Amino acid sequence: MENLINLTIDNRPVSVPKGTTVLDAAASVGIDIPALCHLNLKGTCVRNAPASCRICVVEVQGRRNLAPSCATQVMEGMVVKTNSARVIRARKTVAELILSDHPNDCLTCPKCGDCELQALVTRFNIREMPFQGEQSSRKKEHTVSITRNMDKCILCRRCESVCNNVQTVGVLGAVRRGFDTTIAPTFDRMFKDTDCTYCGQCVAVCPTGALTERDNTDRLLDDLCDPDKVVIAQPAPAVRVALGEEFGYASGTIVTGKLATSLRRLGFDYVFDTDFGADLTIMEEGSEILARLKAFLGGDKTVKLPIMTSCCPAWVNFYEHNYPDLLDYPSTAKSPAQMFGAIAKTYWAQKMGIPREKLVVVSIMPCLAKKFECEREEFKVDGNPDVDYSISTRELARLIKRSNIDFRCLEDTDFDKPLGESSGAAAIFGATGGVMEAALRTVYEVYTGKTLPRLEFTEVRGLDGIKEATIDLAGFPLKVCVAHTLGNARYLMDKLRAGELDYHVVEVMACPAGCIDGGGQPYHHGDVEIIKARAKAIYAEDAGKPIRKSHENPDIQKLYREFLGAPLSERSHHLLHTRYFDKSLK
Amino acid sequence: MIVMDEDDCMVSVAKFFLEFTVGESCGKCTPCRIGNKRMLEILDRITEGRGKMEDIDKLENLAKVIKDTALCGLGQTSPNPVLSTLSNFREEYVEHVKDHVCRAHKCKALLTYSIDPVLCKGCSLCARNCPAEAIAGEVRKPFVINPEKCIRCGMCLSRCKFGAIHVI
Repeated sequence: MENLINLTIDNRPVSVPKGTTVLDAAASVGIDIPALCHLNLKGTCVRNAPASCRICVVEVQGRRNLAPSCATQVMEGMVVKTNSARVIRARKTVAELILSDHPNDCLTCPKCGDCELQALVTRFNIREMPFQGEQSSRKKEHTVSITRNMDKCILCRRCESVCNNVQTVGVLGAVRRGFDTTIAPTFDRMFKDTDCTYCGQCVAVCPTGALTERDNTDRLLDDLCDPDKVVIAQPAPAVRVALGEEFGYASGTIVTGKLATSLRRLGFDYVFDTDFGADLTIMEEGSEILARLKAFLGGDKTVKLPIMTSCCPAWVNFYEHNYPDLLDYPSTAKSPAQMFGAIAKTYWAQKMGIPREKLVVVSIMPCLAKKFECEREEFKVDGNPDVDYSISTRELARLIKRSNIDFRCLEDTDFDKPLGESSGAAAIFGATGGVMEAALRTVYEVYTGKTLPRLEFTEVRGLDGIKEATIDLAGFPLKVCVAHTLGNARYLMDKLRAGELDYHVVEVMACPAGCIDGGGQPYHHGDVEIIKARAKAIYAEDAGKPIRKSHENPDIQKLYREFLGAPLSERSHHLLHTRYFDKSLK
Repeated sequence: MIVMDEDDCMVSVAKFFLEFTVGESCGKCTPCRIGNKRMLEILDRITEGRGKMEDIDKLENLAKVIKDTALCGLGQTSPNPVLSTLSNFREEYVEHVKDHVCRAHKCKALLTYSIDPVLCKGCSLCARNCPAEAIAGEVRKPFVINPEKCIRCGMCLSRCKFGAIHVI
């Protein structure tokens, strides 16, 4: 215990390990110092501590000026005041300064009610705007995924930290300086002209309304009201463990039944499940893994290993932009949402006798890159997309509230058949390691012909950035690796390029912790416990399912019997597989 | 320490230094990026005769907070000219705000040009050189400056051979 540092915060004795910040030390004794730019998702690599907003300042005895508690480490004998008149006044003035360069349009702001600046204004009892003057006029942009209104930016640099340090995409950074500073791509370019993957992590961490999702709710309302259209829903696995938070449920509450009911109440004609698409993905991707492995074991030197997952649309954008020389490695399987769309608009539509142009497939996703994915030309037939458009978990919550649906009073219902049947393997797609675990369950049983003694591959679960495991496939040591965040993906891809990557299968998810912390999920506001609770719920959902392996999903088996034939068949290739393009900036 | 005489306006001196720090601010921390800009805007108002008494209090509070909270040495020292002129020459700030007077005659917007009818010979040189056509009168009779039109350029003052132009 010799590494403990003793100090006093607001007259209370505190003992914390060396290296702790004053902010964390205060939190350990229940003193909640307000902070704005600071973000630390403990246990992940998401961290932003530029000490630039100066909201978290505290008084340290013997120090001339105030200290930023987020970036000041504790020292032995330190005497800290977090609530002296000097501190409280300074903090309020700093917040008033931020407000003086912020549009005063909270009523119509997409972030109203979820804005961290708005919360501070309430907390600091700011009732008027003492400082008025020139306001910054910065760029606005509407991409298919992300809406940028940088007039609302408070320069906390969180987006810059995730884009550069976590995702290593490096699109966002400070342009110009002083009062003219703006956070933007280099040379103030538009997102569409950069390497942006639309992962949406900048949106997930933005404290204000500067970065938000592209809203598709009005478009959806129009379609739901149109009697000529058949509108079907497919919610992703990660949506059902996070949507409840928007309605006052504790994080990690599973609301699958209420989700299905709410979608019906909204007017969807059929409520299916992306989990069906996830099971289908495992059938195709699992077969691809087995095919490449068999070729490899048969002595084929040209086979591309490791095979990499391709479910995550931001990850697909990432390697198309950055690794055009390695496009043969990722699996050609489409993402579960796109597989669902392709099957819904062929197999199911034919079965139901619904013409393609009348069918509207809407995906409800934890993700903003999915919006971009829907727009890809290769996922359209004669200009008609397989998935018409995607809305995020947050957009769905808004739509439910707007449609006068009391979510908490809804009864539980099941998804419609046949595209609503799914296994526990599909449920875990939402957490990092989930796709790998689901694939292993099927690959193991198909390869060995034996039943898995234990379904849980716990070695690929958890928040570690890169997880490795070796699975015994009847004597063959299958080396697998799971990475989340694009920074970790870049590490693996650079090793692959250098010929030093010794795995057979690699899973990559762009967002920290996987889809459960996607760019379209309810805001976590820096609380990693929310994300952990969602992960726990994902695995609880799996454990509660009667069928827990994709290849045992009866409706998937029926789909192959009636329509597709076998995994990797010609029809499967046509409908369920894709190709990748060199999109590097020239 | 900087030595200046009565020809220097203390508010303008503070503004001069602040213009420099606003230009040099990197933009990282809030107090320097926005705070210095707001202080400069307040000083602009005061030197242009649009200041209010509460602006002086706002300025003082802002200067103290910026000094206390800015991230680097530039931001922490940028309010010093404001704070020291406020503590030593506060009456000059008050004169600018209350009386609309700059005793050093440095704040253009606060100057009033007038023609002394006793000294004016009615030569019309000032009127002919006024770029704003703000001076009118009959030859050999005292001329008059229209304060609405006057742009306080000082042209009449430099041209008058009889010392008839007064500036307050």
